[in-house]
Amino acid sequence: MLVADRIIALGIMALSAYFMWHAAELPIGWNAMTGGPGGGAFPFWLSAIMMLAALSILIRTFRYEPPEKGSDEPFFDSVMLPSVVKVTAALIITVALIPYAGAYIALPLFVFWYVKIYGKHGWAITLSLTIGIPVFLFFFFEATLKILLPKGFTEPYFFPLYAMFF
Amino acid sequence: MDTLALLADGFATSLLPLNLMIVILGVTAGLFIGAMPGLGSVNGVAIVLPLTFIVPPSSAIILLAAIYYGAMYGGAVSSVLLGIPGASTAVATTFDGRPMAQQGKAGLALIAAATASFVGGTISVVLFTMFAAPLADVALAFGPAEEFALVLLAFTTFVGLGGDDVPKTIVMICLGLVLSTVGLDLISGQPRLIFGDLPGFYSGISFLVLAIGAYGVGEILYTIEKSRTSPTVTPAKITFKELGAGLRAMNRMWKTMSLGSFLGFFVGMLPAAGATPAALMAYGVARQTSKQPETFGTGNIEGVAAPETANNAASTGSLLPMLTLGIPGSPTTALLLGGMVMWGLVPGPMLFIEQPDFVWGLISSLYTANFAAVVINIALIPLFVWALRMPFAVLCAIVMVLCIVGGFAPSQKLHDVWLIIAFGVGGYLLRKADYPLAPLVLALVLGPLMEKSFRQTLIAEQGNVLAFFERPLSATFLCLAIVFFIWPLVGLLFTRDHKDHPHVPSKRPKFARTKKT
Repeated sequence: MLVADRIIALGIMALSAYFMWHAAELPIGWNAMTGGPGGGAFPFWLSAIMMLAALSILIRTFRYEPPEKGSDEPFFDSVMLPSVVKVTAALIITVALIPYAGAYIALPLFVFWYVKIYGKHGWAITLSLTIGIPVFLFFFFEATLKILLPKGFTEPYFFPLYAMFF
Repeated sequence: MDTLALLADGFATSLLPLNLMIVILGVTAGLFIGAMPGLGSVNGVAIVLPLTFIVPPSSAIILLAAIYYGAMYGGAVSSVLLGIPGASTAVATTFDGRPMAQQGKAGLALIAAATASFVGGTISVVLFTMFAAPLADVALAFGPAEEFALVLLAFTTFVGLGGDDVPKTIVMICLGLVLSTVGLDLISGQPRLIFGDLPGFYSGISFLVLAIGAYGVGEILYTIEKSRTSPTVTPAKITFKELGAGLRAMNRMWKTMSLGSFLGFFVGMLPAAGATPAALMAYGVARQTSKQPETFGTGNIEGVAAPETANNAASTGSLLPMLTLGIPGSPTTALLLGGMVMWGLVPGPMLFIEQPDFVWGLISSLYTANFAAVVINIALIPLFVWALRMPFAVLCAIVMVLCIVGGFAPSQKLHDVWLIIAFGVGGYLLRKADYPLAPLVLALVLGPLMEKSFRQTLIAEQGNVLAFFERPLSATFLCLAIVFFIWPLVGLLFTRDHKDHPHVPSKRPKFARTKKT
């Protein structure tokens, strides 16, 4: 927990530095002409405060004796962490797949993986979700709201459906 | 009298068949979302918001408010039946609700929770109706200086009253504010903070992307890690006899319930406090004023009623500053505010003048939502018992798909979906390290207003910083803000004498203390 606290504080400080570097592209000082701060001032100085606050968190972890409660507890639950990593990876793969294979292949694949392979549920529930979710998405977003989801190479297969609903 | 006439007009809007249907739909959805362990009102609103494009804007807000309302009722269901709070707001309900369920009185506990929620909701909606118009009138006098001071005050309440670790709260407020400045500068129109020159950042970071990321994806990841063992559902049957017994028992608790309602309403108005501490405080007060305080925690029905009145009252209370001042009183109302801005309904005093139909329609819909929630809640208890047995993976899969598609739908950019995943993982890690998420979301929503009002004032006053202190209202807000900001420092000085280590970031120490004594 203590190590994680330090790493996160350092990460936030790095992020603030990155923000400050970006914000400094615009004037960060007082604008003499309008009499207000420049366009970059707001993000720059807030990032600076963020960095100081993170620094104080970092310093604090070194200054005091490790407190009794929760400090030696591991940050991650070692049994469940692989699940979290797996689900995150599956999400990333799904989103990466969307522009090429389309939402109507990527999302059912994700649902199938999640319910059947990861969740180890039966076929009845798996199939009803894998088929039900894309059908719902199509009717809700495309047919009703006219928001087209990305389809990648499957686009031509949807032309007959478009003809029916638009 | 004026208010009553306006409210009557409002009912003409909210009793339209479409809006009535929407209220019933929203409350039912909210009840289920609230009942699911891990999902609360804020998660529900974040996930459902993109789906509300299907109805007109004013109805969409009514739908979201109804979900908010329903989720507050639903939170109690899993507190009682699973012993796990359905949302953090229902934590205090587990103290006595769970023992009651174990003694075979789950039905009674659920009836008590529903009735208490109804009482809390009703009292707070009446208070809301009374305060809304006068507060909006006061807010009419606000200029940019007051707006800035008020937003600053809202943030400092997190530092002073939030109860979370102070430096971590400050980090989250600043992070939210910095993220809100991404895109084009409001005044000069120059692009700023365009990370990696990605075109997606030119339009800024939508509050919805952050909310779906942190409260949708992040919440599911968090729940996956916590769900090592699946909880057992306690069965609950509701008979008319039990209903009668429950109502008679509730009839003896008017003092507890009205106290809880008033407490909840006023605590709920504060951006930093909200429903969770309000419920804990109400529980503490009910216990202190009770004739048999020792029975609390062992299945006292009053211990269920007190927090449930307070958390419902708090959810209504947090709507008040959102609607009248444009300052949300909770993360969920921050999302409502973001949604309203997205639909072109800017909350604040002008809304009462320009869109009275909408404002009073929304207020009156709280009455109908409250009524619908209590009826649907009691009627659907058997369904909840069934729904809570639903495999968790099914819920997760559906929520994740809605997060991806819902993140894509508003702007139709895959860039936003990637950001959602990044915020999801980031939010999950930060939450594990005890960084509070509520100030982050509030800061992202209020950031543009804060920067705009700050710079407008300075431009108008030729850079005179003292301008903020020259106007009486803004000076008052700023002084209050300073008090809230230095409050934890004062507290720190006093706790130095005790053994309390300032390093241990105990959750909400100030309110927890009222609970224990």
